[in-house]
Amino acid sequence: MKKASSVVCKKSKRPVCETKEKAATQTFAIEGGNFNNAGLVSTSIKSILKKMDVPGEIVRRAAIVSYEAEINVVSYAKQAVVNLIVEPDFVQIEVNDEGPGIPNIELAMQEGYSTADRRIREMGFGAGMGLCNIKNYSDEFQIFSEVGKGTRLVMKIFSK
Amino acid sequence: MKVKTIAENLGLKVVCGSNALDRDVTGGYTGDLLSDVMANSKEGTIWITRQVHQNIVAVASLKEHAAIILINDSQPTQETLEKAETESVPILVSNLPAFELSGKVFNLLSCR
Repeated sequence: MKKASSVVCKKSKRPVCETKEKAATQTFAIEGGNFNNAGLVSTSIKSILKKMDVPGEIVRRAAIVSYEAEINVVSYAKQAVVNLIVEPDFVQIEVNDEGPGIPNIELAMQEGYSTADRRIREMGFGAGMGLCNIKNYSDEFQIFSEVGKGTRLVMKIFSK
Repeated sequence: MKVKTIAENLGLKVVCGSNALDRDVTGGYTGDLLSDVMANSKEGTIWITRQVHQNIVAVASLKEHAAIILINDSQPTQETLEKAETESVPILVSNLPAFELSGKVFNLLSCR
């Protein structure tokens, strides 16, 4: 897929996990269109990070970015695979969806821009804040998209 | 201040999560946009909203909110109740609109 944008911001201080032995990789699946299960993957990610004793601020930020990405998959895509990678100096969450893709990423990244339908908006989603929240709460955020195929998000939160 | 104290002072109806009413409330947040609440509310918050669907439980749980208060006598869906019980998220119901309820909660929390 063609790389469309990459953003680097914020830093935090404590290590994500103390030893290399604690490093972990885990994979999850998200079903598009199923709002009943929306949030389950983010909840699992948060719970795994807490059990690994990852600092609270990093867990909170990981919960926000994974939830927003999950809601995007549920709202727009068919399905997605999520990879959680925990290393001593960062947490990385990758979301690869199979879906319509984003024709104009620059526009989609603008706060308030949304293509959500009425049903999604009535539930309090689709306010055009999701990708901005992901950008704001990640240290590094990359988004790749191909119309008709899908979207890939890579969100990284560093320990320092 | 405990969730229970706020519920008693404001005459809120506890519709689920009665086993978690001793949680400490450290602040409040009012909003119906879930992304806004995700981004800006804090741990220990009591969240005031008119949304009644089950996704509010995921948000409250992920953000470690103390409780959710539904305004205008809104009733949570059955799925919301079940999920909230599982996640131990107290849901309270008020007959007030968001503006008035937020003012009352703010005043209570300010008098601690």
